[in-house]
Amino acid sequence: MSNNLVVPTAAEFIAQGKQPEVLFWVGCSGSFDDRAKKITKAFVKLLNKAGVEFAVLGAEESCSGDPAKRAGNEFLFQMQAMMNIEVLNGYGIKKIVTACPHCFNTLKNEYPELGGNYEVVHHTSFLKDLIADGKLTIEGGKFKGKKITYHDPCYLGRANDIYEAPRDLIEKLDAALIEMKRSRRNGLCCGAGGAQMFKEPEEGNKDINVERTEEAVDTGAEIIAAGCPFCNTMITDGVKAVEKEGQVEVMDVAELIASAADL
Amino acid sequence: MEYIPNIIFTLLLIAGVGFFASNIKKMIRNIKLGKEVDRSDRKGERFAQMARIALGQSKMVRRPVAGFLHIVVYVGFVIINIEVLEIIIDGITGQHRIFAPFLGGVYDFLIATFEILAFLVLASVIVFWIRRNVMNIKRFIMGELKGWPKNDANYILYFEVVLMSLFLIMNAADLTIQQGVLAGQFTSEAALHYINAGSFPISGFIAPLFDGLGFETLHIIERTCWWLHIVGILIFLNYLYWSKHLHIMLAFPNVYFAKLTPKGQLTNMEAVTKEVKMMMDPDADPFAAPDPSEADEVPAALGANDIFDLDQVQLLNAYTCTECGRCTSECPANITGKKLSPRKIMMETRDRLEDVGAVINKEGEWKDDGKTLLNDYITPEELWACTTCNACVEACPIGIDPLSIIMEMRRYLVLENSAAPTELNVTMGNIENNGAPWPYNQMDRLNWSKE
Repeated sequence: MSNNLVVPTAAEFIAQGKQPEVLFWVGCSGSFDDRAKKITKAFVKLLNKAGVEFAVLGAEESCSGDPAKRAGNEFLFQMQAMMNIEVLNGYGIKKIVTACPHCFNTLKNEYPELGGNYEVVHHTSFLKDLIADGKLTIEGGKFKGKKITYHDPCYLGRANDIYEAPRDLIEKLDAALIEMKRSRRNGLCCGAGGAQMFKEPEEGNKDINVERTEEAVDTGAEIIAAGCPFCNTMITDGVKAVEKEGQVEVMDVAELIASAADL
Repeated sequence: MEYIPNIIFTLLLIAGVGFFASNIKKMIRNIKLGKEVDRSDRKGERFAQMARIALGQSKMVRRPVAGFLHIVVYVGFVIINIEVLEIIIDGITGQHRIFAPFLGGVYDFLIATFEILAFLVLASVIVFWIRRNVMNIKRFIMGELKGWPKNDANYILYFEVVLMSLFLIMNAADLTIQQGVLAGQFTSEAALHYINAGSFPISGFIAPLFDGLGFETLHIIERTCWWLHIVGILIFLNYLYWSKHLHIMLAFPNVYFAKLTPKGQLTNMEAVTKEVKMMMDPDADPFAAPDPSEADEVPAALGANDIFDLDQVQLLNAYTCTECGRCTSECPANITGKKLSPRKIMMETRDRLEDVGAVINKEGEWKDDGKTLLNDYITPEELWACTTCNACVEACPIGIDPLSIIMEMRRYLVLENSAAPTELNVTMGNIENNGAPWPYNQMDRLNWSKE
């Protein structure tokens, strides 16, 4: 299937003697996970629409190392980080945008000590700026009055104190944003952080994603918005577990914006 | 003969404070078993944080009921200490209410304030006791609080009830004597020692119980309460070292030294950076002899197996924890029934530290007791249940970071023992081989753009 996405790589920019405004760090989920790829494409559509001169690393991108570091494997993390830093510095990258809060946190906070200093922005903050600068407009019609609840990803919220950018975007859709009881700094984890995404949970009496999804569904929201591909996967599974598939949708904030603009 | 009480008092005071100081010295020695960590940066921000969170209790009130009651007890404790200062000076000098002549009307106001606070503390402490023992609040009845921790919490409350009651009864007896002197009933020299000072809005209600008692009886009641009160305070002071109640002192340095970097940022392991840089440096000489100055050094463990591998701030965290359980009640793993409890991580770390300290006290130096923090106190199952979501760190009202300890122990498990859960080994193998946690080819990373 073809699409009309324009996704230049950093190598192509350099070949033309140009420098991208910003590097879009896609991340492993965004590159390989079927659900997360949709988020990636939605975000790229918005970048294309706003005329942002961005580049991706493509095959030169590699795991940021977040799951390795959180699993305790500092060695593997630093190998990944240093390889990525070499690539990024090689292209003279100054600014990075990513739709994954885990990559965001690692690139922003943990790369500087290893020689990687970039301005790193989460895609929700980036989109907010595009709108503020008039490069992107949102038509709220499609989501007007729809009940949307927002799940705070730990690595965006508590880890980096970003609570408002995604909410501002949702409110721009004229949607009715309903908060869960545990939100913002008290937000409950979806269960995927700290490399849990890649293993079975320890024995307990419930799965964390189910606990969180129940709370989200209890708000009466038709859409659960998230800003993280891991949270998206976990809560999508949660919605299946509580048998609300078809009634409650899990969407990334970028998908909401792109969908509102009929992209 | 008339100086005997002063001498006894002074000796008691010296013994009480001295014994406490010697225990605090041991505590500091224990904390220094940890690795040094540099938190000498950003002093202004650290002081501001201490003022806001420790002094100002800003995170306590996030839970309004417990927070409000705690502030009452905290303010009561701090302000009533002014009265304890007077009691100490009285005790040493043999005076009675030594501040009264200097302060005049202010003194009446102060005593009235102390009394009202004492009453409020008493009321709050009773509510605390009910919350802990009657109301079945989950964080107060969980497994790790069984036994000593539960008793410890209750002993603290009983101490406060007794101390506040003694203070008020003492004042009531004092007031009755003062009234007797004013009415000309009591004329002995000892009775005239009770100067007419203070305002007693609370003990005024207790005083009528003493109506009709003679001076001698009132004198005995007043003195008994006075002595029990100050001796009680000295005992309570010395109890702190064995109790979770140490937080009344340690909360301040603990908040001061707390992490200021973003919560999501885990520490960088310098030792690993060195190795990785060497590995990635094409000019590195693999057969180079080690720097002779470093040749004899035993390399430090990667990660934490025991308290010696943790840093001093983490060990201070362990002594500071007052076991309130706010961390655990917000922990997603704990909420869903996993074994992990951030509070237990802190309690076990302190228990281990105390056990190591006990060996040093006995033997004069550390002798391996065959145990380690990892496995003997904290199990891998607890550590692997953590999602690193930082809810525990956010919840702690006094800046404790249980996540940092969990991470150090995971590092030890993986880097020293290669003991990661199987699925994580697969994940890490994938990252190593194809640059993603799943087995996809790195060359396919851009395929989504064409789908």
